[in-house]
Amino acid sequence: MADGTLAIYRRLVAAQVRSQAQYRASFLVELCGTVLFASVDVLAVLVVFRVARSVGGFEFRAVFLMAALSTCAFALADLTVGSIERIRAYVRTGLLDAVLVRPLGALPQLLAADVAPKRVGRVLFGIGLVGVAAHTARLDLTPARWLLLLVTPVAGAVLFGAIFVASATVAFWWIDSGEFAAALTYGGRDLTSYPMTVYGGLFRRVFAYGLGFAFVGYYPALALLGRRDPLGLPAVTGWLGPVVALGAAGVAASAWKVAIRHYRSTGS
Amino acid sequence: MRPVTATVARPDMTTLRMYAAVAAAEFRRYATYRQAMVAAMFTNSVFGFLRCFVLLAVAGGAAGGAAAGYPRDRLATYVWIGQGLLGTVNIWSPPELAERIRTGDVVADLLRPVNPVMAYLAADLGRFGYAAVTRLVIPIAVGAVAFDLYAPAHPVTYPLFVGSVLCATVVCFACRYLVNATAYWLLDSRGPQIGWVAVSSALSGMAFPLAFLPAPLTTALYLATPLPYLIQVPADVLVERHPPATMAAMVAGQVAWAAVMLAAARLVQRRAERRVVIQGG
Repeated sequence: MADGTLAIYRRLVAAQVRSQAQYRASFLVELCGTVLFASVDVLAVLVVFRVARSVGGFEFRAVFLMAALSTCAFALADLTVGSIERIRAYVRTGLLDAVLVRPLGALPQLLAADVAPKRVGRVLFGIGLVGVAAHTARLDLTPARWLLLLVTPVAGAVLFGAIFVASATVAFWWIDSGEFAAALTYGGRDLTSYPMTVYGGLFRRVFAYGLGFAFVGYYPALALLGRRDPLGLPAVTGWLGPVVALGAAGVAASAWKVAIRHYRSTGS
Repeated sequence: MRPVTATVARPDMTTLRMYAAVAAAEFRRYATYRQAMVAAMFTNSVFGFLRCFVLLAVAGGAAGGAAAGYPRDRLATYVWIGQGLLGTVNIWSPPELAERIRTGDVVADLLRPVNPVMAYLAADLGRFGYAAVTRLVIPIAVGAVAFDLYAPAHPVTYPLFVGSVLCATVVCFACRYLVNATAYWLLDSRGPQIGWVAVSSALSGMAFPLAFLPAPLTTALYLATPLPYLIQVPADVLVERHPPATMAAMVAGQVAWAAVMLAAARLVQRRAERRVVIQGG
């Protein structure tokens, strides 16, 4: 990417940040709001362990680690790519025309122009949570595991980002798709907070392996804790997160290309 | 100049017919967006599977195989009713009224010779009518195909459930009205909206049965907040968590909360009309 192009994106992001900062009270309220929502999700995990001693064969510290990795990964993806869910409005109103006539890539333009700085709150919360969870889990951190602990949220964010983009492309064919994408994005966030042993049958096959959600929290957490997978996959699976994430990103990029070509403006 | 206030007519036949017409129009409006309904059903179902598997695993990991007194079939039923209720009582409705207040469009509502709270309630009940035959029923049907659900043993449970869902809708409507009405004073009601969504998601019984929380906290929620009456109570009625007499008392509690919250909404609306300068004038 040329330096000039990068500068334009930097300006787009800076403009958005500046405009949001104009309403300081609203921005602070929303910043706290994202932290509040993230804590509500984690609260659910804590509450569940008031009732049960183990969930899906795992005790609290293991599930808490999975939930923390998932929260952090989702928060990163939500900050960088989450605004793509607004594509529905762009397609429905024909506003995407304005994006397409500019000499820049459509996807990076949309992401830069709609970036929501308030979501930084959720990211900070997620990072803190991973720290707390790693501490409560009393991880035996070898250098390799340190690396895994740092790479996992990033890989998870790439996977969530791919899901965000791929599910958003549905709007190009199905204008009134409403909450459809939320099932995979926010659904994925909730799903990855628990061990995959919880889910049954076809549902697990589709979501854990088909969409790759098992690699966000579950398998990396097993590797970090040095546990065997009750579902029978080898120990190396815990290290495959980045590979799965890159594969998903590739699929999402192709889906986006096809979708953009498919776009027919609303006309006049 | 005198401020514009809504003149409230006595609820005679004409007014009632008008409310019925508003409700019917809203029913038709929602019946038009069939694709959006299908998308919502897909999303509710995915979350239904997810929550159901998680809560069944919780029951599996709890002593006696029952989570906080819910055996497996009642727990599964609880989850799927919750998914159905979510779109029926409409907890996460977009802040339409707050937006109208911000832009000043609300003036058009205030000029009409009807109480705006009651007119909005009529519209919401029209929406409820369509949601009750689609968004409430379909997730329960999906759940029944995939899991073993609990069928109520007492015949009285069914009418009680219908009444309970209706009350939950009115309570939820009034809560949302109050949250939206903060825009009369704040203009930007995002803070209250965020608070409402967070609190209602966590403490209405949607995410997990409130019996999972420490008992004093649950009691406080039932006594001091309308939240359990949105999801927890109607769901408990259908899974027959308590004997019919107790459940009837809880529905009576819902009726009381509906009356209190509606009165509060009307009071706040009246104060707003007296004190606030509407935008865009």
